[in-house]
Amino acid sequence: MADVVLRDVVKNYGALPVVHAINLDIAHGEFVVLVGPSGCGKSTTLRMIAGLEAISGGTVRIGDRVVNDLPPRDRNISMVFQNYALYPHMSVRENLGFSLHIAKRPKAEIDKAVAEAAEILSLTPLLDRKPGQLSGGQRQRVAMGRAIVRHPDVFLFDEPLSNLDAKLRTQMRVEIKRLHQKVGTTIIYVTHDQIEAITLADRIVIMRDGHIVQIGTPLEVFERPVNAFVATFIGSPPMNLLPATVAGGALRLADGSTIPMPPGLSVRDGQAVHFGVRADNIMPEGHSMPPTAHMAHVEMPVTLTEPLGTETLLFATLAGTEVQAKMLNPRPVRTGEVLRFGIALDKCHLFDATTGASLRV
Amino acid sequence: MYRMRLPPWLLLLLPAFVILLAVVAIPLVLSFYSSFTAFQLTRPETITKWIGTFNYQKAMGDANFWAAFGRTVLLLTVALNLEMLLGLGLALMVAKVTRGQRLLRTMMMFPMMFSPILVGFQFKFIFNDNVGLLNNALQSLGLTDVAIPWLVDGSLAFFAIVFAEVWTSTSVFAILILAGLFAIPQDPVEAARVDGCTPWQTFRYVTLPFLMPFIYIAMAIRSLDVARAYDIVQVMTAGGPARRTELLWTLIGRTGYVDARMGYANAMGYIAILLSIVFTVYFFRKLTTARTSLGMGD
Repeated sequence: MADVVLRDVVKNYGALPVVHAINLDIAHGEFVVLVGPSGCGKSTTLRMIAGLEAISGGTVRIGDRVVNDLPPRDRNISMVFQNYALYPHMSVRENLGFSLHIAKRPKAEIDKAVAEAAEILSLTPLLDRKPGQLSGGQRQRVAMGRAIVRHPDVFLFDEPLSNLDAKLRTQMRVEIKRLHQKVGTTIIYVTHDQIEAITLADRIVIMRDGHIVQIGTPLEVFERPVNAFVATFIGSPPMNLLPATVAGGALRLADGSTIPMPPGLSVRDGQAVHFGVRADNIMPEGHSMPPTAHMAHVEMPVTLTEPLGTETLLFATLAGTEVQAKMLNPRPVRTGEVLRFGIALDKCHLFDATTGASLRV
Repeated sequence: MYRMRLPPWLLLLLPAFVILLAVVAIPLVLSFYSSFTAFQLTRPETITKWIGTFNYQKAMGDANFWAAFGRTVLLLTVALNLEMLLGLGLALMVAKVTRGQRLLRTMMMFPMMFSPILVGFQFKFIFNDNVGLLNNALQSLGLTDVAIPWLVDGSLAFFAIVFAEVWTSTSVFAILILAGLFAIPQDPVEAARVDGCTPWQTFRYVTLPFLMPFIYIAMAIRSLDVARAYDIVQVMTAGGPARRTELLWTLIGRTGYVDARMGYANAMGYIAILLSIVFTVYFFRKLTTARTSLGMGD
């Protein structure tokens, strides 16, 4: 087990920079998720840590060794790939024991390690099968088993669940978390799925265009996004953003209507902003809106409803922009019905319209 | 008036039947039949002279035939393995090339573009003991001052033939193995690198198993090719001197067309075909095993 430190790490493909001097400190035993839209450099970063991509600049340290010029085999890491990357001509047993076999460990030790990993991941009955005879979830478990038999310093996961169906993904997510609790090894996990990031991570690293945008615990990035990108990327449904102008201590929306200024912000008069509110903080009155001191009220026509069982997602129009709101303890709502909504202002955000930066202090 | 009407399906299939009969079935049956006769090309009436399995018995006891048979198997084994190793090496190197790879791939196929007859003549010239390129080069470099009898000495001539075969056909392996290299998924290769494999171990445990089906396909194709080897050998040595490089088909060809003993030649031909079938079946078995172990189709 070890900590991982990235200092000014750069990756260029020819003249094209894909990762711009990123800095990241990952503590020993921590579960860190790199998340971002495709092409943001998260996989490249992971592959540089693994040694599968050369590092164009900066240093990567694992434990007390700078590993920049070490081949992957000398970094004592394990990696789980998106497409499982199992050896198709080897049985599950051989797949699991392969790295130990290569390291010329005694057979008894290999058998023991394989049996242990198989036990942890409930693969014991499948040990003599070939990967081709396994389902997607089973293959992914073998890939994880192959990673854990080596007792590496760091586990690297490269979008390991994106080839699984939704139900299996949820199930495997829990297994990965359980695995981390059990083995306690440092995990660096790459995904484009923000739900995976929030549910798994000790800390989330949000990347965009080769830069780290924000690092924080799941709650931090959810409640205090540093900019509009993080605000819309993290959370489902994405945060509603409404163009507005600061006008005399209130916010003037596009249609000229105003709502009171949310508390705790640093703004100047006339500033063009985006007013951000999550669906959880804009709810029709009379449907279990948690009480708060700062409350604004708006009336909006409902254009579409999406019943989710315990709640219904309402699509409505506010000042010409479509917003999503949540109705707890739902009742049937007709399309076009005008409802009165409460907005919990102290949970709202303002972002500068040009830079996108959060205006919270 | 009664007219015979064939059912439509038969009518529609008739052209195919006629063509198949004319080009495959009748020659096959005829040649097989003639292998049981004393048929001589110069005396057509001998095709009716039934002699039972005499030709086969004769072939079984014919030392020349078995020498040619053994030499063909040896050529097959040596040439195929050499071509496989060289082709594998070539393919691995070409796969690493990033610029001008297309051009290299095209150039790699040049040897296949020449008629084997011409290749035979070319190597006959190169290996000629008096005016040949090789001896001239060796003598000019001062490596030897004797004229090495490349095409006269039995083992040297065999080497020269293997050399010509390998020169012509290594690219069959190289191209097929290169196609295999392109088809290999990168993930298991990367997984192997992370799992602690050296480049050699990655090749040995991951890349090579993926390439085996492609190697066996090349082997199957080339084994048929080499088992019927005739042209290059006929041109370079004509099986001589004194049968030192005699292969199955140079022997069969001479027996049938020079000595005109077509019945006997056909009998040897049928035994020779068995050899091809055995090799083809063997390589296809290997191919199926390799594919199954990779989980590719059952």
